[in-house]
Amino acid sequence: MGELTEKINEKRREWEKECLEPWLSKSEREIKKFETLSGIEIADIYDPSDIAHIDFLRDIGYPGQFPFTRGVYPTMYRGRLWTMRLFSGFGTAEDTNRRWKMLLEEGETGLSTAFDFPTLMGLDSDDPLADGEVGKCGVAVDTLKDFEILFDGIPLDKVSTSFTINPPAGIILAMYTAIGDMQGVPRDKIRGTIQNDMFKEFHAQNTIVLPPEPSLKIIVDIFEWGVKNVPKFNLISISGYHIREAGSTAVQELAFTIADGMAYVEAAIERGIDIDKLAPQLSFFFNAHNDFFEEIAKFRAARRMWAKIMKDIYGAKDPRSWWMKFHVQTAGCTLTAQQPLNNIVRVTIQALAAVLGGCQSLHTNSFDEAWALPSEEAVRVALRTQQIIAYESGVANVVDPLAGSYYVEWLTDKIERLAWKYIEKIREMGNGSMVKGVLKGIENGFFVREISDSAARYQKEIEEGSRIIVGVNKFKIEEDLRIPLLKVDPEVQRRQIERLRKVKAERDNKAVKENLEWIRSCCENNENVMPAVFEAVKSYATIGEIMGVFKQVYGTYRKPIII
Amino acid sequence: MEKIRVLIAKVGLDGHDRGAKVLARFLRDAGFEVIYTGLHRTPQEVARAAVDEDVDVVGISILSGAHIPLVPRVIQYIREYGGNPDEILILVGGTIPHDDFPKLKEAGVDGIFIPGTPISEIIRFIKEELPKKRMGKSK
Amino acid sequence: MNVEELVEGILSKKRRFLARAITLVENEHPESKEVLRRIYPRTGNAHVIGITGFPGVGKSTIVSKLTEEFRKRGKSVGIVAVDPSSPFTGGALLGDRLRLEGADVNKNLWLDENVFFRSMGSRGRLGGIAKKTGDVVKLLDAAGYEKILVETVGAGQSEVGILEVADTVVVILMPETGDDIQVNKAGILEIGDIFVINKADLEGAENVERWLKYMLSLDEETVMELSKLSHADEVKLMQKLKWKKPVLKTIADRGIGIKELANEIERHYEVLKKNGILQEKRREKAKLSALELAIEEIRAEIAKRYKDLLDREMDPYTLADRIVKEVLKC
Repeated sequence: MGELTEKINEKRREWEKECLEPWLSKSEREIKKFETLSGIEIADIYDPSDIAHIDFLRDIGYPGQFPFTRGVYPTMYRGRLWTMRLFSGFGTAEDTNRRWKMLLEEGETGLSTAFDFPTLMGLDSDDPLADGEVGKCGVAVDTLKDFEILFDGIPLDKVSTSFTINPPAGIILAMYTAIGDMQGVPRDKIRGTIQNDMFKEFHAQNTIVLPPEPSLKIIVDIFEWGVKNVPKFNLISISGYHIREAGSTAVQELAFTIADGMAYVEAAIERGIDIDKLAPQLSFFFNAHNDFFEEIAKFRAARRMWAKIMKDIYGAKDPRSWWMKFHVQTAGCTLTAQQPLNNIVRVTIQALAAVLGGCQSLHTNSFDEAWALPSEEAVRVALRTQQIIAYESGVANVVDPLAGSYYVEWLTDKIERLAWKYIEKIREMGNGSMVKGVLKGIENGFFVREISDSAARYQKEIEEGSRIIVGVNKFKIEEDLRIPLLKVDPEVQRRQIERLRKVKAERDNKAVKENLEWIRSCCENNENVMPAVFEAVKSYATIGEIMGVFKQVYGTYRKPIII
Repeated sequence: MEKIRVLIAKVGLDGHDRGAKVLARFLRDAGFEVIYTGLHRTPQEVARAAVDEDVDVVGISILSGAHIPLVPRVIQYIREYGGNPDEILILVGGTIPHDDFPKLKEAGVDGIFIPGTPISEIIRFIKEELPKKRMGKSK
Repeated sequence: MNVEELVEGILSKKRRFLARAITLVENEHPESKEVLRRIYPRTGNAHVIGITGFPGVGKSTIVSKLTEEFRKRGKSVGIVAVDPSSPFTGGALLGDRLRLEGADVNKNLWLDENVFFRSMGSRGRLGGIAKKTGDVVKLLDAAGYEKILVETVGAGQSEVGILEVADTVVVILMPETGDDIQVNKAGILEIGDIFVINKADLEGAENVERWLKYMLSLDEETVMELSKLSHADEVKLMQKLKWKKPVLKTIADRGIGIKELANEIERHYEVLKKNGILQEKRREKAKLSALELAIEEIRAEIAKRYKDLLDREMDPYTLADRIVKEVLKC
């Protein structure tokens, strides 16, 4: 191996001197220094010498085997395509149920729920702070009644549902489980995901209600309860998507997500949860941004890192515990309002990166989303994008086709190293504990500052013109930007409040009161809140009422703002 | 020494603050005095800040789809608290569908900036339109 | 709005007029002087409290918590938060208001009728920020705010100047683990009446406390020595004052130590009032203020009247002599 590398290095130097040099001065492009979106410098060309430090058997290997660089399953898409799961929701439960049925008919293979802001923030539709926001950017859910309508005609044993919900995640999980019970579906057949990742809220997404420590406590309660009650349901989707959307680089996205994951695992272990029982119910969620190869490298690095972490650091014994399963969404922040059809191309490239990166499920954005929630026509195109990749392009017919590429392997390794540096830093902040490190970073603004600086840098490049956004700062046209957009029925708020009023009038209010009291006593006695939450949900307590108990006991939290 | 004072506000439950924060930095670098409200402010709080800080520009960032009714409410409360929306620039940035532009303009919004608008354009708009609006008023 | 309207509006506590008057002061609008002259008789009732410290010590949080505490004690609160403007672009990020939070979501400080918050940029070294802040404080005073908090970054001469408007100066420090205590370099120790070590749960709190108490005891010793020499007046003042500078510990974002801080601030005010120091200090400040205003106007006048003389090529010392001779002739 050494001798071959010698010969290659020699040839490389000869190439650089004789062949490359004369061409460099003729270069017509304005950029002289080439970098990935994260600022990693890219050489002209990559050859075996660039990956001589990478050992095929140790670092790459085969899919379905440690370190899973090439995929968590041996057959990947040859055995089963990724789940085509489009994030959707708006208006009332009926409106969303209708859109879901349309998507399922069009070939979507998994459901994904978008909630409105009041629901995301744990407020009922009749809360004064919810005024004007009900049903606008997602579906309004106040009680179990809304879930009954939402899942009307949708069999929970035939479909898995993802829920993008964080502070009220336990309440939503309880609702879904209750629906499964109502439909007579055995608990171990209930499949889906709750996002339930509060750390990234503090870093980036800002859907925050309770302070960090109580938020973590409730998440671990959900782990404990979920492992016993819904063993096939993903109890968390440890997310980097939002961190990226807030402006971080790919390296930061990877590092902060994995750091968060480690913190959650540590917290679970501290609680006494068997890591091999929990691990199969952990999942991740990444962004698929513009830099095609960087994203693919990021996904591969993520799998490899997590496998090593679970096996070597946390000592998980079951190989299934070493799998990093993840969902990907194409980058919303790259969608442009100008020349919206261009977004179809962006989403295609980003989706392709996600597929070549080996994701388990994928959401593709619609081309009109810089303007509004997706219209039917636009969401159909988003779904077709995935279907064309799956059925026409051939990339799903071989596992991890880019393995062995000098550039991709070099970049995967590089991103991994850079991410480890961040993780070490966070661990140091916590004096050896990832949980303490992440909480410290939340308290002192470490994550927020890093992300904010990256966002400002990115914008500066755009303003200066060194970063080109087609249609926005180059190749602009005079255009009529009016395209048909989805409109949310303004009557939604009134209808939803009316339904809420009716539910509250018809339910057993004594039972609700008792259940809420039970929740409160669990909080005060530091017990697992989920059994009480489940009963409260069944008795048609509202999300606002349950969150209200948490707020009373744990207080609310205003994030320290760093600009 | 006069300075243009800009209030950058996040109103309602919307938690997306990347744009607001980046804009705040760039406006500062362009020589403005920038007051950022932070997240989750009600229309009353934004209006109160606008009046007490006697700002020249109110910039509302909103990506939750709730711009109507929240933005008109901010303007309404500015008036109620004794401020004069006709003397200041009211700007909105975010995911605003075209059909809502007329309603916002009618409520008193001077400029609507969709995603991707270069910050230099926002700065130019403020520098050009603010004196124009004020001259139009002092009759 | 004309001067009449502004004065009437300020004195009847109409926020809109107060806000506009502050803008006129900031912009050095010619009408501002007249407004200040007219409201002056109604000033002198507020307790002005300066809050200073390096960036990151938690000034804004402490200002927020103190505001809450004073409101609980039934006092109305005005806040002026001064942030440095960029020396290159002249712009500023005024980020103190957004840290104004009450612990009770239902008692929103932003909408409290008895709280007025104004953010100010320093607008450059020569912008006269100390004088402007003093004027803004007077406006808030005349508008009836009983406690006026002036928040400024303590790092440099102009900030020290800002604090001269305060009756009570609170210096906020953070725990430090080294020997080379950072705040020593800022020159703000002399002006502190009350010292607070915030984020006191962090490592290094005792270190800073020990150092501070040592420095403050030195201060008293020096005072005794000086009294034997020349600084008799200063010493008399300090002895009259009978104020031993307290060192407090707080964890502001958890509300710990805030009541005690408010108590010390009130106590300082009582001591100032009881010994007649408050009146004396204010008289001094008014004299200085008048002198400064006069000098500003005279200087402008001199620059105008003796423009030709000033343009002559002479060494500045001779030139100055000439100008003074001319002026004294008038």
